[in-house]
Amino acid sequence: MSPLQLSSCRDVVDLVTEYLEGGLPPDERLAFERHVAICPPCRGYLSQMRRVQQVAGSLSDDDVPERLRASLLEAFHDWKTTQR
Amino acid sequence: MKLEARARAVDPENVELESRLVDALRGGDERAFASVVDRYTPTMLRLARVYGVTAGAAEDVVQETWLRVLKSLDRFESRSSFRTWLFAIFANCARNRAGSDRRSVSVSTLDDAADSGIDESCFFAPQHPRWAGMWTTLVDSWETVPDERLLAGEARANLRTAVEALPARYAAVCVWRDIEGWSGDEVCGLLDLSPENQRVLLHRARTRLRAALEEYVSQVA
Repeated sequence: MSPLQLSSCRDVVDLVTEYLEGGLPPDERLAFERHVAICPPCRGYLSQMRRVQQVAGSLSDDDVPERLRASLLEAFHDWKTTQR
Repeated sequence: MKLEARARAVDPENVELESRLVDALRGGDERAFASVVDRYTPTMLRLARVYGVTAGAAEDVVQETWLRVLKSLDRFESRSSFRTWLFAIFANCARNRAGSDRRSVSVSTLDDAADSGIDESCFFAPQHPRWAGMWTTLVDSWETVPDERLLAGEARANLRTAVEALPARYAAVCVWRDIEGWSGDEVCGLLDLSPENQRVLLHRARTRLRAALEEYVSQVA
């Protein structure tokens, strides 16, 4: 692959994480952005990858199973009692 | 700041807040403990399988981790962040449990033969005289899909299932990077990965999650 020219959409797909991670060298980053600027499907793919990160990040709000949570809080209470 | 918010704000660079959180735990503040349990337990449950722990044993490992944390709180020093310390304890508990079950998984090795997760039929073949490597299909940017829909219960449940279906080493990187928001350097240190391998695993994970979400979006669109 020429450093200043991404030859195909398949290359963009392979490099998308490297791009989002800021790991591409400047010339490849520029080539990536030039390709995406003129290629609607690759622009769509890049947008999808960003939305995936957004939805994945929202999973950090998942709840703890109630029985486990109650058991842990009880354990904390017991530990606290033994500290005194 | 409320303790619940304080726990969520814990960050390796925010030593003072973290120090106050640890002081609250040492002082027996139950709300502080509940907040860290709520913050980190779902991640432990997700990651237990990365260490080879069976689904049935995951809650036991989580219980053991928190008990060890409480017993070791006096020995915690601010040289590492609370979460790094917590997950080091979790990893030890999980490895011990998995070791006894002989099911441990190596995260640090990269299976180069693994498929990329890309549907190659979406691209013209490399031999194509004019369109080699170009898309054969349209790719929707999902710009018309509102955030509320993607962040709603059903889409999140879909993605949660996709994370659970990831190979363990992909899940490890994905959970810490994209769900927990750890930096690449932190994840490399925790999993003993090179930066290159960490990025490859993250790429393969995200590629699969995108495919799963695309399938969901196409069904509900």
